[in-house]
Amino acid sequence: MANQSNKAAAQSPVKTVSGTKGASARQKVLAFSSLVLLIIVFSILSPNFFQPYNLIAIMLSTAVNGVLAIGVTFVIITGGIDLSVGTMMTFTAVMAAQTVAVWNLPVIVGVFVALLVGTICGMTSGIMVAKFKIPPFIATLGMSMLTKGLSLIIANSKPIYFTNAPSFSQIAMGTMFPFLQDFQIPNAVIILFVLAILASFVLNNTIFGRYTFAIGSNEEAVRLSGIDTDRWKIAVYAVNGLICGVAGILIASRLNSAQPALGQGYELDAIAAAVIGGTSLSGGEGTILGTIIGAFIMSTLTNGLRILSVPQEWQIVMTGIIIIFAVYMDMLRKRR
Amino acid sequence: MKKRTVVLAFILMLVAVGSLAAQQYYIPLISKGFQHQFWQAVKQGAEQAAKELGVTITFEGPESEAMVDKQIDMLAAALAKNPSALGFAALDSKAAIPYLQQAKAKNIPVIAFDSGVDSDIPLTTCATDNVAAAAYAADKMAELIGGAGEIAVVVHDQTSRTGIDRRDGFVNRIKSKYPKITIVTVQYGGGDHLRSTDLTKAIIQSHPNLKGIFGANEGSAIGVLNGVKEMGKVGKIVVIGYDSGAQQIAAIRSGEMAGAITQNPVGIGYQVVASAVKALKGEKLPKFIDTGFYWYDKTNIDDPKIQAVLYQ
Repeated sequence: MANQSNKAAAQSPVKTVSGTKGASARQKVLAFSSLVLLIIVFSILSPNFFQPYNLIAIMLSTAVNGVLAIGVTFVIITGGIDLSVGTMMTFTAVMAAQTVAVWNLPVIVGVFVALLVGTICGMTSGIMVAKFKIPPFIATLGMSMLTKGLSLIIANSKPIYFTNAPSFSQIAMGTMFPFLQDFQIPNAVIILFVLAILASFVLNNTIFGRYTFAIGSNEEAVRLSGIDTDRWKIAVYAVNGLICGVAGILIASRLNSAQPALGQGYELDAIAAAVIGGTSLSGGEGTILGTIIGAFIMSTLTNGLRILSVPQEWQIVMTGIIIIFAVYMDMLRKRR
Repeated sequence: MKKRTVVLAFILMLVAVGSLAAQQYYIPLISKGFQHQFWQAVKQGAEQAAKELGVTITFEGPESEAMVDKQIDMLAAALAKNPSALGFAALDSKAAIPYLQQAKAKNIPVIAFDSGVDSDIPLTTCATDNVAAAAYAADKMAELIGGAGEIAVVVHDQTSRTGIDRRDGFVNRIKSKYPKITIVTVQYGGGDHLRSTDLTKAIIQSHPNLKGIFGANEGSAIGVLNGVKEMGKVGKIVVIGYDSGAQQIAAIRSGEMAGAITQNPVGIGYQVVASAVKALKGEKLPKFIDTGFYWYDKTNIDDPKIQAVLYQ
């Protein structure tokens, strides 16, 4: 990883955490104001945009990408990358469907299987990166193909439907607040926010979070201070896998089926959300709040452009411009 | 400030695009894709009908046919725009049912296209009768190989309506009408050129007496053609394709491919918009609108009627 050499070896992990806070707070403010600006612009341009129905549609379309982005934020902060989050999500969804719809086990078992399978896949990537010293880009690219292939094999290249378990779709599509008449927030959105709060707590207030930042800022210094960095790195990839399991449950529940061919390309959306939110690809900095804002910027932009009937080709161009713009702002901030 | 200029330019761009939407019937079409030539031809037909009938349309589809959730997001956004009617080609119709029910609740007529939706919400389905078209390909295959021998089939997938219908249409016609012809295998290549090529080579390797192969969509047909070429079997194995595209048209002109079935994608797009307008005017629609198919080969490829439905 590039970040190892150019930072002072004596810098202590704790100092690194507090040192980045001011800078990423600025990026967060910038990202948040961009989101607000987008919402205002779209609301002015179309009366259909700022409607309860559409706001719920935006939140729902953010849920899966947001959850994946939370997971990948952890990995990116350590200076790594995970290209397998999309297909890992699909694999956990297929395993949940296999458990519930094929083996006829209770929904809760399916949820558990998805989380377990995700954790195991993540841990495997972590071991490849930490112990076998395979670059994260390659290790997780391999894991991406592996999980994609396994999903297709297990599901026999066909979607698996939860026809025998109608309650499964309630996990994401039901609502905990049925009294909110026209604004029934689906559980998928609640799960996203709860997970974000949990992840934020873990990242900022636990040893695990502290080492995640420290490894990303200066892995060598952390190792020299007697900490088993390999173990913590494996743990970070495992947590990412676990979070992919959550995303797998959400997408399977939303589609009421596990779609084995889906997932490729979703990792790039997740990484883009993290980067827009101020997570640095060279490691050592990033926040969960920023990532969530990044995910909302992407889905709000896509939805808004659709509401305005912008041709699809131009939607893609504009999303590209926004990502480049966001990263450019990040660079400007760092140069100061 | 530079930054402010950029933001301002962006807003102006959005205003410009947003103001293009006029105040008339608005009919969004949610397709299965937008990059393939086939979908571009559907879009072209829809735009033609929109122009003639004076309605506004938009045409959108996910980047790959695997992205079921992205298509559903598109459907949700289309419904948020309070459209007059909706055209929809479902990637997975079961996953889309909650949104179709919303459309029904809002009294928005839904017109299905291409592969149909497993639901009674769509007022009609504008599509090719794939079973009949593939059966016709089977008749042509039988004629070209002399009514006897071994043949194989390469299909894009075993889950989509088109994949199932074309496979069954072809296989059942051979089984019922041509007892001397054996179908040695039916393989699935995902409509991917490369995978279908590899499949075809393996089939030819294990069945040296093979007389013909049917490729059930554009990608499969090109794959079959490449496989036959790479194995040096051009002229010895009859290749029949489906749909068009530059490569397939060239292969038919040169005689490497015996011929192909073409759907009428422009007609599909046209019928979706025309049917939606009829529904909005309160006219009754038939449950299924057959948009037709054509057989084309070296002899009729330049016929204006054929040229009109082929796309490069």
